[in-house]
Amino acid sequence: MLSTHLPALQVVLPLASAPVCLLLRHPRHAWACALTISWLVLAIAVMLVQQVAATGTISYAIGAWATPWGIEYRIDMAGALMILVVATIGAVVLPFAGRSIQQEIRKKHSGLFYTCFLLCLAGLLGIVVTGDAFNLFVFLEISSLSSYVLISLGCTRRALTAAFQYLVMGTIGATFILIGVGLLYMLTGTLNMVDISQRLTEVADTRTIRVAFAFVTVGVSIKLALFPLHLWLPNAYTFAPSVVSAFFAATATKVGIYVLLRLFFTVFGIGFSFVAMHVGEIMMLLAAAAMMVASLVAIFQNNVKRMLAYSSVAQIGYIILGISLASRDGVAAGMIHLFNHALIKCALFLSLGCIFLRLGSVELQDMRGLAKRMPWTMAAFVAGGLSLIGLPLTSGFISKWYLVGAALTDGYWPLAVLILLSSLLALIYIWRVVETAYFQVPGAGMPLVKEAPASMLIPAWLLIGANFYIGVDASLVSGIAHQAAGILIEQGVR
Amino acid sequence: MTVLACIALPLLAPVLITAMRRWPNPREAITLLTSVGLLLLVSSLHDAVLHGSRPAIDLLEPLPGLKIGFEVEPLGLLFALLASFLWVVTSVYSIGYLRSLNEWHQTSFYCFFAMALGSTMGIAFAGNLFTLFIFYELLTLSTYPLVTHAGTAAATFAGRMYLGYLLGTSVILLLLALIWTWTLAGTLDFRSGGILEGIVTPGVAGILLILFIFGIGKAALIPFHLWLPAAMVAPTPVSALLHAVAVVKAGVFTVLKVAVYLFGIDFLAEIPATQWLMYVAATTLLLAALVALRQDNLKLRLAWSTISQLSYIVLGALLATPLGIVGGGMHIVTHAFAKITLFFCAGAILVATQKTRISEMHGLGRRMPITMGAFFIASLSIIGLPPLGGFWSKWFLALGTLDTQQYLMLGVLLAGSMLNVAYLLPIPMRAFFSREPGNPGDSGLQEAPSACVAALLVTTAACVVLFFFPDPVYRLLQLLVQG
Repeated sequence: MLSTHLPALQVVLPLASAPVCLLLRHPRHAWACALTISWLVLAIAVMLVQQVAATGTISYAIGAWATPWGIEYRIDMAGALMILVVATIGAVVLPFAGRSIQQEIRKKHSGLFYTCFLLCLAGLLGIVVTGDAFNLFVFLEISSLSSYVLISLGCTRRALTAAFQYLVMGTIGATFILIGVGLLYMLTGTLNMVDISQRLTEVADTRTIRVAFAFVTVGVSIKLALFPLHLWLPNAYTFAPSVVSAFFAATATKVGIYVLLRLFFTVFGIGFSFVAMHVGEIMMLLAAAAMMVASLVAIFQNNVKRMLAYSSVAQIGYIILGISLASRDGVAAGMIHLFNHALIKCALFLSLGCIFLRLGSVELQDMRGLAKRMPWTMAAFVAGGLSLIGLPLTSGFISKWYLVGAALTDGYWPLAVLILLSSLLALIYIWRVVETAYFQVPGAGMPLVKEAPASMLIPAWLLIGANFYIGVDASLVSGIAHQAAGILIEQGVR
Repeated sequence: MTVLACIALPLLAPVLITAMRRWPNPREAITLLTSVGLLLLVSSLHDAVLHGSRPAIDLLEPLPGLKIGFEVEPLGLLFALLASFLWVVTSVYSIGYLRSLNEWHQTSFYCFFAMALGSTMGIAFAGNLFTLFIFYELLTLSTYPLVTHAGTAAATFAGRMYLGYLLGTSVILLLLALIWTWTLAGTLDFRSGGILEGIVTPGVAGILLILFIFGIGKAALIPFHLWLPAAMVAPTPVSALLHAVAVVKAGVFTVLKVAVYLFGIDFLAEIPATQWLMYVAATTLLLAALVALRQDNLKLRLAWSTISQLSYIVLGALLATPLGIVGGGMHIVTHAFAKITLFFCAGAILVATQKTRISEMHGLGRRMPITMGAFFIASLSIIGLPPLGGFWSKWFLALGTLDTQQYLMLGVLLAGSMLNVAYLLPIPMRAFFSREPGNPGDSGLQEAPSACVAALLVTTAACVVLFFFPDPVYRLLQLLVQG
């Protein structure tokens, strides 16, 4: 039966077909191949989510080697939500990539681009589905290495330094994770995460485990760009090709957060992570700082892509804040925002991609009076922006509602105020763009540009539409997130 | 269904208006037809509500238990009737005003105007605080393009103030209060008698009340009032209908709704913070009136006067007695008619003579006797003198202060009225009794276009009619306080 092998196919399909793109010399053929694969991946992801919803957690033994000796793929509700996010974003940005990549990347590199894109997709999906700590590290490296390449393909030379910066930071992160996993293996003698968690109780009160915990936490925090370990992110997002920024903003950091969830709740458990190691308080502090500082910095950016990058750091703060509460409502709120923010930020980066295609720049002063020339693109930006601010009827409002509610339920009212204050800062940085594009007159000598092509507008508007749909009926997302949070908390309490 | 139609009609009108953008006459016909249609729709709800029925409909449920739904209750109906009637009048006025000034982007003006009215209907008929909040934000967003209509640097700056204050207060304070109430009470429905009594202590309820009252930035309490003078850069019909009626009244309407249906009048009286908020309202009332005295720009003086008058209504709500609520509700109506007349006059003067400063208005009464006469009558209504509608609202507010032994507040009300005399009456006096410098002769009549004059005559007449027939308004408000 094919359906029993879906967890493996989910990863193997993009992984195995990635090299094919390199062999196809014509850019359009490579694009068509990648597009087909990404849509198949989405189909598999949807089937997997249905399976998980129907039968509960799926466990799949690779090569039929029984756990804990073989590698186990394990998908529960939280994982299902994540593969849905990653696969959807992949399937939505690839149609957009065709036109955008044609302009931003040299023709001889486009095969390489699609290869790395599929590799990165495979890596991110692998991280989510795997139940094996070392396998997780391998997939993390697959996605990271391919993302260094993707960023360095950006059309300015500064993309190279940005990629190098990310390479250094990312490698430190990966090394820390490896050290942590090594220490865990040393003490428990297993790499299967569920197995580790069962054997951990006996050795939990040792310095080695505490050190291992610290190493993996810091390592993953670098990967997910938690303030103040976010330094690689603004440059990477600013100088990467537009599609890559959109894809990463919606998936790479989000998968990092998922790994953190797995570590805190599934592997180490609430008792160790939050009670013994006080990671909740630390994360809460860093998240609050991220929300305020990164939003403030975003206000002063003149490159709109960089502005959105800082905004991402702030939004990651929101998600981590929810998780740091370690309550069902808090974790669910974090996961809801994880999902919503993926949609919002991807749509915003895509609309910037449209602007870059026509203007060749995303500097604020070049966008004066742009709303007249590119009304649909700017409307998408404003719609995404309103959602980022969190106005009602947008998905951003739903996340904020749950986050503030969770903070208030646990009695952290200053956090509730901070969340709302930070959304006001979002209003300021989004409105700078709106005022420039709608109220200022274009400077002399600025090119007369046309509206972006439909192949790029449709993906952006699909995400905007989804975002408004969630704003009106959030029951599906909130249902999955609450169920997932319930399972995580259950695993964590032991 | 009628309820949904009331909200959908003005929200969908922009589609037709945009389609007709090349033909000004059919375009304006659509605005007029929509406004008349809306008035008829809202009026058709009146009898049913008066006889105790509460037409309700639930639309969507974004989160479990949190509905977007509508319910027609007396206060909302009163507000909707007021706004839809004045929209008809303002539409006539806008046509005369915009055409004689040859304003740009008239199509988008009419589109956003209709959307603002649709949002106002949503606020008026909201069945719970969540729905109200959605349309409250929608109203801010749909009026933003009207405030920045001129497209100048000053207008952009004013737009920034407008959004900053209104979105800022609503997102930080009001939304916090909303979510907090939701976590405490598990519902945001408007119920007579309130939903908070017995769930929270008066102390916590006090904090919630402070969040609510300041969070409703559209009520323009100090220190969240500066957006209103800033919004005066908008074309005069916008200042008249939106910044004297729809937007600001949406604010005080929300205050009344929160007081009556969320806290409940009885519980409100037990909260210690109510007294302190009353002082804030009284301070706003007096300070804004003092600032109004010093304004030379006519529209700015009227804006500061609006800030002061809004505090009468907030004060009425905070008195937490049926008489205060009735007085506040009355003042929503009577102040609306009087203030919109004053703004219509200010616009008429601008159209006819290009004058915006009070110091330039010497002898204007000879050239524009109808306009300045209307200004005089509307001023008397704001002051609260019989035989004008404004008398009733001040009467009930004063009774409310006596009922609760708030003698200080009674003094504030009376002092406020004296200040009204001081900042409003000199304008018609100067217009009628002094001569234009350098022009001793009679320069003949120079009234604004007939559409403008007709509109301001209708609202002036309404000020008088309200004195003799306050009963329809009173009966609806009576229903509100009886539950």
